[in-house]
Amino acid sequence: MSGAAAAAVPGCAASMTSDILLQFCVAGVTYGVIYGVVAIGFTIIYNTTGIINFAQGEFLMLGAMTAVTLQRFVPLPAAILGAVAITMLVGAALEVLFIRWLTRPSVLRMIMITIGLSIVIREVALHVWDEKSHALPYFTGDAVSALTVAGAKISPQVLWVVGVCGAMVLLLGLFFHATPLGRQMRACASNRDAARLCGINARNMVTLSFVLSAGMGALAGCVVSPITFVQYDSGTALAIKGFTAAILGGLGSTAGAAAGGVVLGLLESFSVWFLPAAYKDAVAITVMLGVLFVRPTGILGNAEAARLRGH
Amino acid sequence: MGGRWRGIGFAAGLAAAVVAVQLAASAAHKVFYLTQLTMAAYSLLVVLGLALLMGYAGQASMGQAGFFAIGGYVAAFLTTRDLARFKDGTPFRILDHANLLVTRGDGMGGTLTHLHPWAAALLAVVSAAGIAWLVAGPVFRLRGHYLAMATLGFGIIVHRIFLASPHFGGADGISDVPPLALFPGFAVTGRATVRVANYYAAWAVVLLALWMLTNLIGSRVGRALRAIHGSENAAASVGVPIAAYKTRVFVLAAVLAALAGVLATHYNGGIGPSEASVMKSVRYVAIVAVGGMANFHGAVVMGTLLTFLSLRGYFGTLDDLVFGGILLAMMLFAPEGIVGAALGSRVRALYGRRRRDADDSTAA
Repeated sequence: MSGAAAAAVPGCAASMTSDILLQFCVAGVTYGVIYGVVAIGFTIIYNTTGIINFAQGEFLMLGAMTAVTLQRFVPLPAAILGAVAITMLVGAALEVLFIRWLTRPSVLRMIMITIGLSIVIREVALHVWDEKSHALPYFTGDAVSALTVAGAKISPQVLWVVGVCGAMVLLLGLFFHATPLGRQMRACASNRDAARLCGINARNMVTLSFVLSAGMGALAGCVVSPITFVQYDSGTALAIKGFTAAILGGLGSTAGAAAGGVVLGLLESFSVWFLPAAYKDAVAITVMLGVLFVRPTGILGNAEAARLRGH
Repeated sequence: MGGRWRGIGFAAGLAAAVVAVQLAASAAHKVFYLTQLTMAAYSLLVVLGLALLMGYAGQASMGQAGFFAIGGYVAAFLTTRDLARFKDGTPFRILDHANLLVTRGDGMGGTLTHLHPWAAALLAVVSAAGIAWLVAGPVFRLRGHYLAMATLGFGIIVHRIFLASPHFGGADGISDVPPLALFPGFAVTGRATVRVANYYAAWAVVLLALWMLTNLIGSRVGRALRAIHGSENAAASVGVPIAAYKTRVFVLAAVLAALAGVLATHYNGGIGPSEASVMKSVRYVAIVAVGGMANFHGAVVMGTLLTFLSLRGYFGTLDDLVFGGILLAMMLFAPEGIVGAALGSRVRALYGRRRRDADDSTAA
């Protein structure tokens, strides 16, 4: 029996309401961690380049679509690894071919270039694959298998999404703080000229930021595809939501981006209570506009982020 | 002034080309080409407004299709909704007394009483202007990426509303929009009998908009806008009211887009939600970019060419790819536009030579 139908039965409405609340929370967190990963992708590239990469959502789409194709020939884990590797290469290629050689491009120009890239990637995907929705199989169990946790039914895939994305965020934090390469990237983010004076190759760090961001996006696209399905034009909505999450967390902060993603996922999930589901996408955009208009430094942002405003 | 004569020369050339194309199309019995050229002319109105906003004032708008759709949808909604069931209400009587209501057959044997298309058109443009004015306040507190994302978000919300709302026909949009009578014997409609007249009317509107915008750019306002594009702080320091100028330009661009939406909707007899899609907005941006950003003439030439080819289906399934690719290529290789880049390098070459000459003379 679905939660919504059960709620209509008189007498058990109270307990059922809390069940639905929990169900909404699970859905919100599932989508939220994906938005968080997209937001972190934005953040990594923004920190090293000052560019908002409007093609960020396309990395998720590319990852998932490539994995679906590879999965016909190799086992699922290999397909996912292959898809992540290929998307990372695409990320590197984008940076080397379209960004690296530009000298002091204006912000308007960079916006147009990344928007152009997102459209070209999307349309090429349309011709390489097709206009249909695709999905990887469920990693464990199938579409109907569910674990019951505290009264809420949770698909094992949700645990995969939360687990993989959570692990990615932790590993990324470890990478940034505990490895020389990660420290070099942070040095470039905080002061590019000073980093170059220390002998860090800032250009390679920019390429690396695109590779990292593409890889994270691809993996997130793979784990979420069994639940949400992916098609050639899925990227735009994800990019908008990821950007919303990123500015909710104060653009530039990785932890803020992750938290912003979960907050946005929950908001979106609960909006279904008040609004027709057709407007679900509009909720994220309204949140985005609200944050931009009222507090562009983000809910979790700080003075450092405020300094970056207008760049 | 050289710029002024160039403007008049371009307008005269454009008018001559419009007449020549019509004569050639009629002589070759290919009048159907004029239908796509009429549609291209309407889309030029959006492009010209965006060129003013983005090219001259330097403010990105990724949601311009939203204003086109607001104009089109409001006009379509008001001229297809039957008001007969409100006929006992005071507002209905007031409208009726003011001769603002028309009754026509609904195509299924019944009658349809709705707002006069002219009143609807006026309301459509005014509501787009009002929305633009409301949006401009908060939006232009933002710059760069934030401005682009906010306008993109605005466009998506407009798209979602038209797509999701049953009042606007959902995914089907609104059809059966009546003609818009301009004067006795002539109306904006897609009927083949008035195809040539509509073609001329559409291009007359384009020439009018071009004339108006060229004058605007040559005036004090134009200089202020270019100053804002160059440096907002510098412009503000010499007393340019930045916020007011940005708002006015945004509203003007929205009015042009809404007017295009109204005319195109009456011409096509309907409108669908795809007119408000992000891709449509990006297309307008791509056309402005390939025309040379701050270049109305380039925008007119490239806009006509690309829109016509696209509407004739020459790009096939690669349609969106062509526009995305054009935007990307222009921004990578010639951010000043094809014409602008060629001119720019020539001017630089001239300037460089003159400076070398000067160096030589001081050396001697």
